[in-house]
Amino acid sequence: MEGSINLVGLGLSAIGPGVGIGLIFAAFISGVARQPEAQSRLQSIAILGFVLAEALFIITVALAFVLPL
Amino acid sequence: MSYSQPVAAEGGSEFHAPGPGSFELPPIFGDVTKPMLLLALSAVLVFGFFYAATRNASLVPGRLQFAGEMVYGFVRNTMARDNIGSEHYMKFVPYLFTLFTFILVNNYYGVIPFIQFPSFSRIGFIVPLALTSWLLYIGAGIWKHGALGYLKHATMPSGVKGPILLLLVPLEFFSNIIIRPFTLTLRLFGNMFAGHLLLILFATGGAALLASGNLLYGAVGVLSFGLGIGVSFLEMLVMFLQAYVFTLLSSMYIGEALADEH
Repeated sequence: MEGSINLVGLGLSAIGPGVGIGLIFAAFISGVARQPEAQSRLQSIAILGFVLAEALFIITVALAFVLPL
Repeated sequence: MSYSQPVAAEGGSEFHAPGPGSFELPPIFGDVTKPMLLLALSAVLVFGFFYAATRNASLVPGRLQFAGEMVYGFVRNTMARDNIGSEHYMKFVPYLFTLFTFILVNNYYGVIPFIQFPSFSRIGFIVPLALTSWLLYIGAGIWKHGALGYLKHATMPSGVKGPILLLLVPLEFFSNIIIRPFTLTLRLFGNMFAGHLLLILFATGGAALLASGNLLYGAVGVLSFGLGIGVSFLEMLVMFLQAYVFTLLSSMYIGEALADEH
């Protein structure tokens, strides 16, 4: 086996944002189901939460390739 | 060739998995590389489209004018006005609108045939954009509150008193002033880089598996192409979303810098 151990860390770092993004959109969907007219307001908040949660993983993507083995 | 390396093509040439090196394109002429040309082309495209869309502007819009106005209205209403507030938002609409269309065109280069290179998968092109946003929201804050006033506004959460401020002020300074341009840059870069890498992987990997001559590998190669098509659609969503998010966050930062104390 060969390869960079960084990529294992990359995989691990995908767990947290994955759970977080799932929770954010679950809350968004149930919010819209309760009150469909609030969708446009909730959408920008949900996307904001999504990108903030995703940022952790994206930073890891950059670091996984930048850091030496 | 041993069977423990299933990605190696049996034709003799070994398959090299794409990596960061796949993004270092050779210069086309002189020191000019493909992303540089694409960046210049995107400026021409954005200008040309909106020039054509607004040239014969009439009260009842034609198709082109309608498309242009829809994009403009999207940026102005849902990003600028909702986040900056109805008092000052028009000052920032030109910047935000340019930013959105520029990033959008540059991202969609990634799925346009024959171009197929999102120019923002090179981090150097994003740094100036993030720095411009950074200077703009700090400048807006200083314009509204004064230099010291803005520093206080950005680092001291209202309604917090006592020794907890010793902890909060450095944290807020760090997250509001220092970290923001980095996350803006890395978010756009990371998404474009990772997405394009995934597309290269599925395409070249699928081709290598198909060319391997083994029937089962070939079947996996077809699956790889199918997945590549699926990922392309996901990428098209992500490309729009990243342009949207970059502009949205810029306008939120500006709006936050301009907000009144309460």
